[in-house]
Amino acid sequence: MKRKDILGIKDLSKSEINELLSEAEKMRGHIDRRERLSVLSGKTVATLFYENSTRTRNSFDMAAKNLGASTMGISVATSSVQKGESLIDTGKTLVAIGVDAIAIRHSAAGAPRLLAENVPISVLNAGDGQAEHPSQALLDVFTAKRHFGDLAGLKAVIVGDIKHSRVARSDVLAFTKLGASVTVCAPHTLLPDAIEEMGAAVETDFDKAITDANVIMPLRIQLERMHGAYFSTIEEYREYYGVTERRLERAAADSVVMHPAPINRGAEIDGDVADGVKSLIEEQMTNGVAVRMAMLNCLLSA
Amino acid sequence: MLLLKNATVVNADGMTETDILIEDGIISRMASAIDEPDAKIVDCEGKLVFPGFIDMHCHLRDPGQTHKETIESGSRAAVFGGYTAVCCMPNTTPPLDNEAMITYVRSRSASAGNAEVYPIGAITRGQEGGQLTEFGKMKAAGAVAVSDDGKPVESGAVMLNALKYAKTFGIPLISHSEDKSISDGGVVNAGENATVSGLRGIPRAAESAAVARDVLLAEEADAAIHIAHVSTARSVDAVRRAKERGVKVTCETCPHYFSATDDEILSYNTNAKINPPLRAQSDLDAVIAGIKDGTIDVIATDHAPHSRDEKNREFDYAPFGSVGLETAFSVAYTHLVLTDNIKLTDLCRLMSYKPAEILGLEGGRIAEGVRADIAVIDPDAEYTVDAENFVSKGKNSVFDGWRLKGRVVRTIVGGKDFEL
Repeated sequence: MKRKDILGIKDLSKSEINELLSEAEKMRGHIDRRERLSVLSGKTVATLFYENSTRTRNSFDMAAKNLGASTMGISVATSSVQKGESLIDTGKTLVAIGVDAIAIRHSAAGAPRLLAENVPISVLNAGDGQAEHPSQALLDVFTAKRHFGDLAGLKAVIVGDIKHSRVARSDVLAFTKLGASVTVCAPHTLLPDAIEEMGAAVETDFDKAITDANVIMPLRIQLERMHGAYFSTIEEYREYYGVTERRLERAAADSVVMHPAPINRGAEIDGDVADGVKSLIEEQMTNGVAVRMAMLNCLLSA
Repeated sequence: MLLLKNATVVNADGMTETDILIEDGIISRMASAIDEPDAKIVDCEGKLVFPGFIDMHCHLRDPGQTHKETIESGSRAAVFGGYTAVCCMPNTTPPLDNEAMITYVRSRSASAGNAEVYPIGAITRGQEGGQLTEFGKMKAAGAVAVSDDGKPVESGAVMLNALKYAKTFGIPLISHSEDKSISDGGVVNAGENATVSGLRGIPRAAESAAVARDVLLAEEADAAIHIAHVSTARSVDAVRRAKERGVKVTCETCPHYFSATDDEILSYNTNAKINPPLRAQSDLDAVIAGIKDGTIDVIATDHAPHSRDEKNREFDYAPFGSVGLETAFSVAYTHLVLTDNIKLTDLCRLMSYKPAEILGLEGGRIAEGVRADIAVIDPDAEYTVDAENFVSKGKNSVFDGWRLKGRVVRTIVGGKDFEL
């Protein structure tokens, strides 16, 4: 793979995605066999997180260590960023002290791209604003592909706060690039404008959307959205948009449930479903490490 | 004495071939084949001679934000854009909300000696939306209009009284019509490009609903109102319908709203982060239709200079605004005249005549006995915009790198000759 950065699914071709997925499959084998590699020994990967995250950050950290790289976590709360240092200056500092790659999480859309344009080292987008979350989308399609063998012809439904979700955007792009159809489902208040232009079908009635679906992915519903008048109560939300055992009966017989986590049990997903036989949520976590190993290896081992 | 030979004069009401003699800052004679041996002669063969442009809407950042622009640098940039007068918005630090601040701008303008700078006073003290400023005293000190610009008056009651108070003193009120409760947190036009880029959207109704409100308030008060930087199809429509009803409403748009769309933000180019935001093609088409049918009266720049470091950062954190003084004519000429949407005389009306009429300023036409405010244009010049070459301190141009036609080659401000 000839690229310096991975900033979004938008920029990745289908063949690049497939290259990453086959690399991730090898990495998953190493994980299952508890093997640590040394292909990136001597390299340093920094995780620069301007937003709180445990999962993604630890996953990148584990991925780098599994490849033999050392890691450095920059916590915004305790760094010079708090003193007003700009993103570009922080990036240049990391380059100067010898970092080889930066995984960045930022609340501002486009921030990873700004960083990538201003540093000579690799930048991996670990989530930017409402724009993209490419490592999450890659682990989602990887998980679905491992389960179903092929994504072509599958129907995926993403339900929840599509409007504010970078996962939804990246997943729509990734699933459709690999031949699946994607329906996004939410009340009109939580649907972004013209999302159909990105390749998704739109449906506000979840009972219709879930019918015959193979992959069902609820998104975390944030309670503070109630204050912005995006929906009324959790009770009503669950009634119309929650993934429940009863509602899953409408889905395809082989359907699976995925979730970018952390989950709100009893809100967007019932506990029974999250822990049930159709749930691939824990599988997603493991695959997340494999996919991030693949991303780091493809960018850094050349 | 200055003698412009073989000038093709473009006035709002027609074009004429003539020589123009300028004495003591005044156009003293217009006739063919003037012979004046003592005058400095400028051959204008092949050039277009417009009344100097008047910008109703710019930000000169002085006092308080002089790392972005000063009255000196901004008024000099104006000259390079063919402007002989510019009106600066009151969102300085502190804001232009009293007589002393107005006097400050006028005295800086005089000492700079470039384009005239006319201040626009705030509507409310501190632009805070509450107590009205001293419209009468500010007007006497040289304010040509009042506006709270980027901090629009939220309270309908205050706006209604502001319109009545402005009518009392005969000072124009300019409204930046925006419902902040709708636009809050947004950085680009709501729509497909916002969704794709993940940048938070500003719905068009943040502008159009506020335009509708403000026009209805002006109708209620039977007062004049000028709507700033109209950018959406429904805003144009709201003004058009109000004019049909006889409301005393005028409005402006800016070059970027008839030449650029929100495609510019897909690369996270912060110079394309402007408020109101760049819209979609359908809005751009509606703005041009509004220009053609006279709904839109004025082209203003909304020149908004920022420093390089302020713009070279995360899109969400970069400030809104693009500079525009040095490109406005070329963008309008290229995208309106050369596309056969309007005639040269229309462009004169939009950039010179109407701003003078709305604000009650001298200028806006070339005639014997009026102040010699003139812009000389080479219509055949073609160039690529390089923001680094701007005279303005602000290099943050959405037009950087654009190929444009028609260039200002000379500006005369009250007889003072600037060869560019």
